[in-house]
Amino acid sequence: MSTAEHAETNRRDFLYIATGAVGAVGVALAAWPFINQMNPDASVLALASVEIDLAPVAEGQEITIKWRGNPVFIRHRLAAEIEAASKVALTDLKDPLARNANLPDADPATGENRVVGGKEQFLVMMGVCTHLGCVPIGNEGEFAVVEGNTKHGGWFCPCHGSQYDTAGRIRKGPAPENLHIPQYAYLSDTKIRIG
Amino acid sequence: MSGHASNYQPKSAFAKWFHERLPIMDMVQGQVLDFPTPKNLNYFWTFGGILAVMLLIQIVTGVVLAMHYTPHVDMAFDSVEHIMRDVNSGWMLRYMHANGASMFFIAVYIHMFRGMYYGSYKAPREVLWMIGVLIYLIMMATAFMGYVLPWGQMSFWGAKVITNLFSAIPFFGDSITTLLWGGYSVDNPTLNRFFSLHYLLPFVLAGLVILHIWALHVVGNNNPTGVSVKSAQDTIPFSPYYTVKDAFAIVVFLMFYAAWVFFSPNYLGHAINYQEANPLVTPAHIVPEWYYLPFYAILRAIPDKLGGVIAMFGSILILFALPWLDTSKVRSGNYRPIFKQFFWLFVINCIILGFAGSGAPDNYFLSHEAANPDKWALTYKLVGQICTAYYFLHFLVILPLLGLLETPKPLPASISDAVLARSNPSTAHVPAE
Repeated sequence: MSTAEHAETNRRDFLYIATGAVGAVGVALAAWPFINQMNPDASVLALASVEIDLAPVAEGQEITIKWRGNPVFIRHRLAAEIEAASKVALTDLKDPLARNANLPDADPATGENRVVGGKEQFLVMMGVCTHLGCVPIGNEGEFAVVEGNTKHGGWFCPCHGSQYDTAGRIRKGPAPENLHIPQYAYLSDTKIRIG
Repeated sequence: MSGHASNYQPKSAFAKWFHERLPIMDMVQGQVLDFPTPKNLNYFWTFGGILAVMLLIQIVTGVVLAMHYTPHVDMAFDSVEHIMRDVNSGWMLRYMHANGASMFFIAVYIHMFRGMYYGSYKAPREVLWMIGVLIYLIMMATAFMGYVLPWGQMSFWGAKVITNLFSAIPFFGDSITTLLWGGYSVDNPTLNRFFSLHYLLPFVLAGLVILHIWALHVVGNNNPTGVSVKSAQDTIPFSPYYTVKDAFAIVVFLMFYAAWVFFSPNYLGHAINYQEANPLVTPAHIVPEWYYLPFYAILRAIPDKLGGVIAMFGSILILFALPWLDTSKVRSGNYRPIFKQFFWLFVINCIILGFAGSGAPDNYFLSHEAANPDKWALTYKLVGQICTAYYFLHFLVILPLLGLLETPKPLPASISDAVLARSNPSTAHVPAE
């Protein structure tokens, strides 16, 4: 830096920077396969859908099936549970969004938006707490419908105490979002395909 | 390494020939055998050596366990039982490895608290301390991935909860967890990569340990007085004095370790991890291994997902800033009467945090009974919150203020003076520095 010619930008500086830039792009390109190999592979992606017959699921009963390695809750809700869910004011919800993969992202978390095709008796949702991924326990928590000594609907996460109501919406505890509803469609009146 | 000249003189013709090509014996002589070490180190200074031995034991037992283990979701659990029942001495190797992890953490916590009490993180040892914090972070990651490998219920759900911490990151959270898992849940790809990384990281640790020792040998050991070495009279050669002292401490520590391995090998684990992983059922109560409990309590103390994750990582990362948060120029807690009390409060606070992380959040503290939600109650969660607040208060308020407000006791003129004063209390106390 002692002489004026060094202070100026010259051809050599340009070549240094250009070489460095090309080298950096090359390193990034070479690194990508090593990072991307960690993403889900073709065999994981292939297990994308399952079909379930809902006819054997009696009213008040809940089954859990496995989809993409995670539990999916399918609950045949009682009329009282559906009613309890629809009565909740949207302003009382911690997460006002439906979290329903079958609807636009911005739809509100009304009782109706938590199911598909207006079939409010069948609640189909991921059994994965939106806090840290534990499986919530059904017919538990403060937001279940209570009849005598039994609780109907409502979920309680044993890990960190999150509570979900009878439509699987977060009401209390550390979880930030309603239980997610996967993409699914009715193939017939009592048969669905998830994924 | 550093400028300590070695007195190494090759004795044979071969040694001379070798020395001219690779002066490694010169380094051993200068850095290991003759290395000038303060003459007043107490037994808390033996934990560095103990940790080196524990890392070696973990690597050796781990390498042989990997010869019998199968990292596949259908076979991992059975292969661990195969190690326990069929492999010759397999039960002992596995118990050594599992309990070795706990012993490693006991030693590292004593080592870290030692550094905190005697101010070993202060200038000129900041980089030495920060490499140590990095070692601790990688140790935690390594131990976490190792705990997943037996593929029991606690392995699986621990893995799921911890990897889900990353989903709290705004915008990229879900892509990051999918990338970590290699799928949509903790599954076979996850187990495979954890096995690979669990095998790799201990060697990264070994590399960092070399840097840690290098940094130590540039600035030299701290010592219980915290007063810098002033003359050759303050030091003694590392060997035989400290090789023997360390060896004695290592043997005592190995006896303690062996007592766990042979008499109570499962006490520090969880019985439910002898149940194979089931992705559809979460155990009623998930807790991490004991050495993570304080951080788990901090995670649960904040009622917000992202906030909890930030507090938990922050509680570890804040250690990197410790050299600058403590404003006192006096290193050793022995000469800081008020700091000494706050130090022990901090230790007790960390232990209570550990208990706070061990129980169900809404149970009464130290009880299995669920608290009444309508009444005020001292629950695990509340204790965790109080202790979390104090944890950060210690680093962010108490340490910076204490350095400004506290009047330290007079320091001895030198290490030799302090040693002589102890053996002959009538010697006049000469303040210095």
